[in-house]
Amino acid sequence: MAGSKEIRSKIKSVQNTRKITKAMEMVAASKMRKAQERMRAARPYSEKIRRLAANLSHALMTDYRHPFLTKQTSVKRVGLIVITTDKGLCGGLNTNVLRQSLNSMRQWEAQGIRDISITCIGNKGLGFMQRLGARVVSHITHIGDTPHMEKLIGPIKIMLDAYQAGELDEVHIAYTRFINTMSQQAIIEPLLPLSGERMGTPETGWDYLYEPDAQTVVDDLLLRYVEALIYEGVTENMASEQSARMVAMKAATDNAGSVIKELQLIYNKARQAAITKEISEIVGGAAAIAG
Amino acid sequence: MTVHVDVVSAEESIFSGLAEFVALPGESGELGILPGHMPLMTRIKPGTVRIKLPHGKEEHIFVAGGLLEVQPGLVTVLADTAIRGVDLDEAKALEAKKRAEEALASRSAEVDYARAQAELSEAIAQLSAIERLRKHGH
Repeated sequence: MAGSKEIRSKIKSVQNTRKITKAMEMVAASKMRKAQERMRAARPYSEKIRRLAANLSHALMTDYRHPFLTKQTSVKRVGLIVITTDKGLCGGLNTNVLRQSLNSMRQWEAQGIRDISITCIGNKGLGFMQRLGARVVSHITHIGDTPHMEKLIGPIKIMLDAYQAGELDEVHIAYTRFINTMSQQAIIEPLLPLSGERMGTPETGWDYLYEPDAQTVVDDLLLRYVEALIYEGVTENMASEQSARMVAMKAATDNAGSVIKELQLIYNKARQAAITKEISEIVGGAAAIAG
Repeated sequence: MTVHVDVVSAEESIFSGLAEFVALPGESGELGILPGHMPLMTRIKPGTVRIKLPHGKEEHIFVAGGLLEVQPGLVTVLADTAIRGVDLDEAKALEAKKRAEEALASRSAEVDYARAQAELSEAIAQLSAIERLRKHGH
């Protein structure tokens, strides 16, 4: 009967764990719905600004080349924006993004790019990059459940300023793309210089009147376009986070359930064995007296 | 005569519908836009966008600046969610830079979080130990 008490307390502790994971699963499920809504709410803006950027970059290609649109012939210095979550317990979400980032960084180093600047959005990525000893030029953590553009402006600006000043030749962005509730995909893609394909084909040329002048408007527009792209990444990442957490916590709850079942079996067996032993002792004792 | 008006910000779509007239604070003065306005692109200042709806009602939306695009049948306001300006943006960037330097100086900023995580991984290790126990139980 020695093991049965320990088994019982183990069952209790697994039951408590299951309660927690179940609660986390339900919280994640409700947050996921909101995160998806937020992702959808951000779409009209990014679609409109993408269309405008396409129109303008096409119309202005000849007389004004904005640095965001100018491809560098040789790439020596690279910037990377890594979007991760603030909290863990969401399956392999962050691991996948960070592994991809690490692979790319290795590849760049193999190509002779030694100068890699990193902007971290999210606690997990920041911790990882700092342990790695990478050069983190700016970071933002604890964005909360509703990401606000206002908080992102500063850290992003450091990266974009470096690019505009010619200190960086390319900027990439790594995040987890939300495909559906069950699947998310870690991707790393080039952000700057802006690719014409991503913007799409321009509409039939409107001859805009610019106020105060074309250059100012284009500067503003392209900056907002890049920010919108990053914001899109943040909202996608957030929706991915909640879905991944929900799935991970569901798996954990299920596992805890099956562990409890198994433990219960072991406990019952141990109890039965103890009873059997006791009976046989009594029977043995009685037989000895009778004999 | 009406014109389709969209007011969107990076975080949400604020207004979408038909309007008879739109008034907003352009960078070089108050702008009034009627249907059939010539194509125009301009920055807008923080202020109120006034949209006159077809049935005489008016919609007032505060914007923190942004960009305006006008096509003959379409008005698009790309509203900023925060008041922008070279100085303000610069201040935000400086703050971010300071944070980065501070983080570099003290790498143990997230101690509590690390501790919480250590506790959790302990719990996970316990779970896997139980699982092993379960396997040996058979």
